Amino acid sequence: MSAESERAERLTELRQKFGRKPLAPGEETIPHSPREAQPKFRGLDSGHRACQGCGEALAARLVMESAGPDVMIANATGCLEVFTTPWPQSAWRVPWVHSLFENAAAVASGMEAAMKAQGKNTKVLAFGGDGGTYDIGFQALSGMLERYHNVLYVCYDNEAYMNTGIQRSSSTPHSATTTTSPAGKERMGKRHLKKDLLSIIAAHHIPYAASASVAFPADLQRKVRYAMGIDGPTFLVIHSPCPLGWKHASALTIQVARRAVECGLFPLVEIERGALTNVMPIRDVRPVTDYLSIQGRFSHLMDTEDTRAEEERAHLQALADYNIQVFSLQGDGEDPVDTGGSAAVGRSGHAARRA
Amino acid sequence: MLKALEGSQAIARAVALCRPDVVAAYPITPQTHIVENLSRLVADGEMHTEFVSVESEFSAASVVLGAAAAGSRAYTATASQGVLLMAEVLFNIAGMRIPLVMTVANRAVSAPLSIWNDHSDSMAVRDSGWIQLHAADNQEAVDTTIQAFRIAQETELPVMVCMDGFILTHTLEPIELPAQSAVDGWLPPYQFSRKLDPGDPKSLGTLVAPDFFAEVRHSHHAAMIKALDVIEEIDREWHAFTGRRCGGLLEVTGDPDAKIGILAMGSTFGTIETGMEHAGPDTGSARLLKLRAYRPFPAEALRKAAEGLDHLIVIDRAISPGMGGIVGTEVAAVLADVPGAPRIHNHALGLGGRDIPETIYADLMATISDPDAPAFSVFDADPEKLDPEDR
Ligand SMILES: Cc1ncc(C[n+]2csc(CCOP(=O)(O)OP(=O)(O)O)c2C)c(N)n1
Ligand code: SF4
Ligand SMILES: [Mg+2]
Repeated sequence: MSAESERAERLTELRQKFGRKPLAPGEETIPHSPREAQPKFRGLDSGHRACQGCGEALAARLVMESAGPDVMIANATGCLEVFTTPWPQSAWRVPWVHSLFENAAAVASGMEAAMKAQGKNTKVLAFGGDGGTYDIGFQALSGMLERYHNVLYVCYDNEAYMNTGIQRSSSTPHSATTTTSPAGKERMGKRHLKKDLLSIIAAHHIPYAASASVAFPADLQRKVRYAMGIDGPTFLVIHSPCPLGWKHASALTIQVARRAVECGLFPLVEIERGALTNVMPIRDVRPVTDYLSIQGRFSHLMDTEDTRAEEERAHLQALADYNIQVFSLQGDGEDPVDTGGSAAVGRSGHAARRA
Repeated sequence: MLKALEGSQAIARAVALCRPDVVAAYPITPQTHIVENLSRLVADGEMHTEFVSVESEFSAASVVLGAAAAGSRAYTATASQGVLLMAEVLFNIAGMRIPLVMTVANRAVSAPLSIWNDHSDSMAVRDSGWIQLHAADNQEAVDTTIQAFRIAQETELPVMVCMDGFILTHTLEPIELPAQSAVDGWLPPYQFSRKLDPGDPKSLGTLVAPDFFAEVRHSHHAAMIKALDVIEEIDREWHAFTGRRCGGLLEVTGDPDAKIGILAMGSTFGTIETGMEHAGPDTGSARLLKLRAYRPFPAEALRKAAEGLDHLIVIDRAISPGMGGIVGTEVAAVLADVPGAPRIHNHALGLGGRDIPETIYADLMATISDPDAPAFSVFDADPEKLDPEDR
């Protein structure tokens, strides 16, 4: 079989698995649920006040497209909350509540309990930044997962506290600079590793936990649709570049996010009940410097004269190599397939049901 | 029918009668028996509610916030450290004007660690914007709990029902519990005008810039002031319905012609009442003021109740270090511009569970004729136990 036809076959296989299938002649087109009946839906509308090129705004829009209108959201304090709801305006077209920084998971638990008590199927989503998830809201999140609430928790990971002006979080990568982990004569940025949150989440043995990236929207949306279909706690962490905090051009958001995946520093994986069930393969693994060099937060690592910079680069490369090894990310010649295709986004409709 | 029930058990049953859809609570002495009794009612199928067994008080308050916002009647209970851990959420609930009911089994706040009763916990969240009602006995605690669900709903304000830890929560008393059908008839189903609903999506808890914030606080304050009438009216209706009342905002008993008044909140009131009954003829009688609604503060009712008094002794079960009594300071402020207002004598008593004996009545009355009595004191502190420089 030629490489070409092999590739076509693999694409077909993936599309059949995840994409929207053509209707068979005479097949029912009647929607199965109110969610499926909705026309193309934008839960997060335009006109909000995110910075240009904000990865978080893009990620939230994609999540909402796939989640559909029959949802309600508990949103933690952070950029997403602030830029979408300056009173009396709101960019949300679904019921949405913001309470505090560290309690989105608990507020969502209560909303879900209310839906259960009322006998309704409206899916509850919880949104938080990395600060609200890896750090201050961690306990409430663990409680929500342990109690097995039917909530999809989405963490928009931009690797720092952006809303308060770029301070380090436990998700900030090693050696990245923030205003509380600056690089100076004595220090090369953050001195601690990015917390392996997904493993901790997976240790709760919830039905589904996955990582996604704004650079792979169809993959992201497939994961949202899959999680939406599960009756139980699910978790999605989305790598969402922040041009302001990462110090890259606004137009480079997708490229930066793509390179994070391609170098192995942000692996895209799916974990079901604690077991790894899928990874996004990387065809041509990039060196981490391709990722680091286009962001100002790592500029202190680019000094070729400084041996400390060399050490830090080697350290980050080793972390990426480790990910590639433990998750077997090295692909067998295929690109990460844009599964389903962005045009097949069914507002959590047909594609989701058949996935 | 009267039934002998422990305070906590009675509260759990009263809550069950109000049919909350969602209950979330975390155990802490002396509130624990309430959570345990509720869990038992759920396990035995006597209460149909989503019981969310949270991992902290912070989440308990957050869960009920989410549930009430999503259109379900919700309830929680806590005490002491739990109130403080909830503090951020409590302000948030009130600021969002979410109708919720919470029992506080009043307990001292650490350090030093004390599991015993005083009012430091609910006082610490005095300015959160919750309605705070104090129960003087367990029947009042039961009746106030049921009333609280209606008050919360009618005012769109959260209501804290304060009952003294151990003194009430762990005491067995004969309690009259209304029938389920009676409560069903009296308490309408839960409604929240801004509830989260995919059919009519709203955003709650948005960012408010300086151009609107003052108006939000203004209307919250106005709503609290309006709630004064609602609290009185609902207690009146309850009286017509059950024959029992809890004293509205502020109840006056004792000797109406007395020149000395004593004001207290919670179970201390009963101690003072009995103390007066049992006191010798030389002690004299007093007008007794039972402050039930602490927030909103019934300034008008207090002015009326204090008319004709020369002295008013105000009992605090908490202290604001560096200032003195909390209720006492507020009472003084309310009466400040009243011509001929009584002189205020403010004492903190029973801190950290120090027993308040009936004889406290005579001891307090004696201070009036003592020219050296301080305007504020921790009344029952024993100087013998203190270093000389701390006395
Ligand atoms: C208890 C508490 N502490 C601190 C803050 C201040 N604060 C608001 S948002 C934020 C950081 C948000 O970071 P993250 O969750 O990563 O969201 P991002 O803004 O980066 O999207 C902080 C520290 C707060 N609101 N509440
Ligand atoms: S600071 Fe970053 S996360 Fe916040 S709105 Fe701007 S780009 Fe988005
Ligand atoms: Mg962040």
